[in-house]
Amino acid sequence: MEVEQPERVPLLDIYRAFFWIGLFSFGGGLMPWIQREVVTIRKWLTNEQFLAGMALAQVLPGVNSTNIAIFIGNHVRGALGSITAILAMLTGPFALVVVAALTYQYILGIPWIAAAAGGVAVAAIGMLLRTGLLAIQEIGFRFAPLLVTVAVFVAVGLFHFSLITVVLVATPISILLAWPRGANA
Amino acid sequence: MRDENLIGLIVVLAPLSLASVGGATAIYAPLQHEAVELRHWVTPKEFLDYFAMMRFMPGPSSMLGAMIGWKIEGFLGAVVATLSLYLPSSLLCFAAARMWHKYRGRAWHTAVERGLVPVAAGLVCAGVLALFQLSGGGFKVGAVMLGVAAILTWKKRLHPTRLLIAGALIFEVAYLTGY
Repeated sequence: MEVEQPERVPLLDIYRAFFWIGLFSFGGGLMPWIQREVVTIRKWLTNEQFLAGMALAQVLPGVNSTNIAIFIGNHVRGALGSITAILAMLTGPFALVVVAALTYQYILGIPWIAAAAGGVAVAAIGMLLRTGLLAIQEIGFRFAPLLVTVAVFVAVGLFHFSLITVVLVATPISILLAWPRGANA
Repeated sequence: MRDENLIGLIVVLAPLSLASVGGATAIYAPLQHEAVELRHWVTPKEFLDYFAMMRFMPGPSSMLGAMIGWKIEGFLGAVVATLSLYLPSSLLCFAAARMWHKYRGRAWHTAVERGLVPVAAGLVCAGVLALFQLSGGGFKVGAVMLGVAAILTWKKRLHPTRLLIAGALIFEVAYLTGY
């Protein structure tokens, strides 16, 4: 079934939209903004289509915001649209990484700036901790899924097992645990 | 040495790309282990510095990989690192985007969604532990880290940048007073 496509969205439009999204994406929380850009303003896809893409972007490995860029790009212009969207998302941040890498040693060589940077890093670890706690809260007081969380934490955090092995072993088990009772495969 | 480093980047980052469920947060622990402890690409301090910088720059935090690539092999290293981190997961996402509509609404669809949460939770917590150890641990680090997490729990809509600045100020005062 082909999705109705009223008009061909120019690749330049896709690039422009995602370039700005990429450049202003600070510390997550990007989904509502992308939604506003592509659903409300540009009407490239319906809200329902967007939400499906969002779920997909979160389920798959990779960065959520670039994943949904690929999804939307594919929706409006197929493979070319996907490539355009992800390149646009990464252009700004990559250019800034180059600038940061070039200036990093000079700037952080100054002790009081280094001290401040240390504080930023630790506050950022706190934000990460909050993300972890939110995920645990999402699981709720269910023993088996929490056991999966602890097992993954111990395997990766304490024993340094290979991440991909841990994910490949833990994910199917976790999905089976979440399988609705009585449903057929 | 150059080829060895570039191949090393691909070998380390490409699998992490496919394992990064929930984004960059999932790969901090193994990335730190490989880049700092095993391969000595960056020092513990550099890794933490990069991590802090990514928070003040736009874009996905996994651009941390590009910084490491730049450190060991310059521009080419940054490009190889970025491609290694994004290409595998992006190709998978592209394939999935094509299949998605076909299988929507099935029971397994929901189960996959829900089943990934506990795995992501464990990975994020492992990342917190790895970064906590990198930053030297101790009371100051632990207090600021727990404080930020607590404030975010209490004030959900607070802009994260303010907490980062607060963290910087606390450490600045500690530095100036010689604590």
